[in-house]
Amino acid sequence: MIRPQDDIHNATAAADVEEPSSAVLAAPSAVVWKPLNWAKSNLFDSVPNAIMTLLAVLLLWEVVPPLLSWGVFNATWFSADGTAAACRDGTGACWALMGEKNRLMLFGVYPYDQHWRPALATALVIAMLATSALRRFWVPALAYAWLGVVLVVAWLMWGGILGLRYVETPQWGGLPLTLGLALLGIVLAFPLSIVLALGRRSNLPAIRAVCTGYIELVRGVPLVSVLFMASVMFPLFLPEGVTIDKLLRALVGMTLFTAAYLAEAVRGGLQAIPRGQEEAADALGLPYWRKMRLIVLPQALRLVIPPIVNQFISCFKDTSLVTIVGLYDLLAATKASLADPDWRPFFVEGYIAAALVYWVFCFSMSRYSQWLERELATGTRR
Amino acid sequence: MKALKTLATIAAVIVGSSPAFAGSTLDAVKAKGFVQCGVNLGLYGFSAPDEKGNWSGLDVDVCRAVAAAVFGDSTKVKYTPLSAQQRLPALQSGEIDMLARNTTHTLSRDTANGLNFTVTNYYDGQGFMVPTKLGVKSAKELNGATICVLPGTTTEQNLADWFRANKMTFKPVVIEKNEELTSAFFSGRCDSFSSDASQLAAVRANEAPNPADYTILPELVSKEPLAPAVRHGDDQWLDVVRWSIFAMIAAEEKGVSMANVDQMAATSADPEVKRLLGVTAGNGKALGLDEAWAKTIIKQVGNYGESFERNVGMGSKLKIARGQNALYNQGGLMYAPPFK
Repeated sequence: MIRPQDDIHNATAAADVEEPSSAVLAAPSAVVWKPLNWAKSNLFDSVPNAIMTLLAVLLLWEVVPPLLSWGVFNATWFSADGTAAACRDGTGACWALMGEKNRLMLFGVYPYDQHWRPALATALVIAMLATSALRRFWVPALAYAWLGVVLVVAWLMWGGILGLRYVETPQWGGLPLTLGLALLGIVLAFPLSIVLALGRRSNLPAIRAVCTGYIELVRGVPLVSVLFMASVMFPLFLPEGVTIDKLLRALVGMTLFTAAYLAEAVRGGLQAIPRGQEEAADALGLPYWRKMRLIVLPQALRLVIPPIVNQFISCFKDTSLVTIVGLYDLLAATKASLADPDWRPFFVEGYIAAALVYWVFCFSMSRYSQWLERELATGTRR
Repeated sequence: MKALKTLATIAAVIVGSSPAFAGSTLDAVKAKGFVQCGVNLGLYGFSAPDEKGNWSGLDVDVCRAVAAAVFGDSTKVKYTPLSAQQRLPALQSGEIDMLARNTTHTLSRDTANGLNFTVTNYYDGQGFMVPTKLGVKSAKELNGATICVLPGTTTEQNLADWFRANKMTFKPVVIEKNEELTSAFFSGRCDSFSSDASQLAAVRANEAPNPADYTILPELVSKEPLAPAVRHGDDQWLDVVRWSIFAMIAAEEKGVSMANVDQMAATSADPEVKRLLGVTAGNGKALGLDEAWAKTIIKQVGNYGESFERNVGMGSKLKIARGQNALYNQGGLMYAPPFK
């Protein structure tokens, strides 16, 4: 409802204002001072709204200045002698903690002099992710690039050949571990989830029963107990002397868990595709897999981008549960660096830093999915 | 968490009741070339990685001592950080060779869970801290006091039991979060603060405005003997771990330290020292180790007193007094049987 007299000055701000009275009152001053006009029509247009506005301002006044003085103005940014003494004397946040402990937080117990390896591997993966996100790079060569990057990353992390020292997986930790678990978990779970979703809608009773049973079984237990089973119970049933890498066990547990949830999201998409689409494909004589690949899945998956990304984000954050099986993910590494009694009083700063890292990754995923939805919806936009 | 504990217990019982592992752990350890040692994910003073990822602590020193005894090299250890739920099944499944993760020795763990505890390397217990200015010298004077305590069955329960047994009363101030609890105590909300003695010491050293203003009372109201453990069914390996710890304790008693171990081995006339350091042969062979096993431990890790001071004692950030962890002849509980 854009009124003609307003749209030159503040078309967007006035777009959701409907009362003609305020618009009439505001119109003359709008030319002089736009913010006042906007505030009157949006923040103080009724008594309850005015009260809410005042309360909100009061709340911000109470919260923001102390937060800024704690986090910025009175904060201790550096520790000259490597101890927490400077922080104890200060009244604000102790960001010097990051300066002292960032390596343990980011890389866990990976050998200290080799930290450049996980750092480089993480940077490579993030760069590849950023590249792959752009549509203009969606070419077959991208797959080969990924293959190359995966090999290089594996070489960097494990080493053992070409001059790099061998570092076994129990020593991996921090951000590379979190990122690796989340990425591999997602990448492996996604195809599995499609198979499970298709299987659950299959006409063959045996396949349908297996897929339904799997999904319901896995969805019925918490991830913590899946991880616990994978890393604690599972080895008890193996013959003596046979051990499977702990990281691999955790990864398999996470993948199987995520796949069950994703499968239900995918199934939601499959159910939204009108029956006619499949029938048309049948009429064309397309065999099952081609029908799915060319007609059904492209439409179904596009529909369920929001729940799928939801699951990805939750998978990323779920990686923090692997601490239960003794792996140092980002959060566990942060906790370990706070075990030092010197720095223990500054735990809030440590957790804020870890939260920020999680937020950056999750928020990026969320924004990207919104962009992807718009990008792929070309042609069906209403 | 409760469900997890149940799962862990079930796992423990399944394995605990199954036949013991075949084959000797010592041979297996020698063959693979390192000791796989289960430790805490991060408990300062006992086992924690520093900012460079190097492990240190009182429990870590036990792992290092065993490696020194077996290989003559205390660095031949691989650490497996374990959560509280994981630690027992990890030992039973053979994922680790020994568990040195501040684990309290109890009857059920010793039996149904299929563990063999070696030697207590730290006697902990729930204690009290009070402001020095109150002039309280004993917990028996705390009748009617308000006491800051974390919620949870054991800490509160121990307190209630102890006060009832002594026909006294107290007012608990229960606060969920550790940090809030300590700041409540230091701001004067309670007369006393009750937790494990090692924790009290750490809190006093690092969170008190002025550590000298606070006193930790001598009474402990619960017993928490922390001991490294091995699997049931391998007595030889049990002996190796047990005597590695005894060697450290005996060395302190005999005044053998990192600095003087070579000199003592060369010059000491004390038959016990000679046997301990392998000058008089026999002990090494009996354990299936090199005769210099204990000498190597002391040279590379130190005696118990040195390890204690370095990790949790006055030489560390925790500044815990020896207390019950002093040698038996100095009023503590640390006692090694004869080396003969």
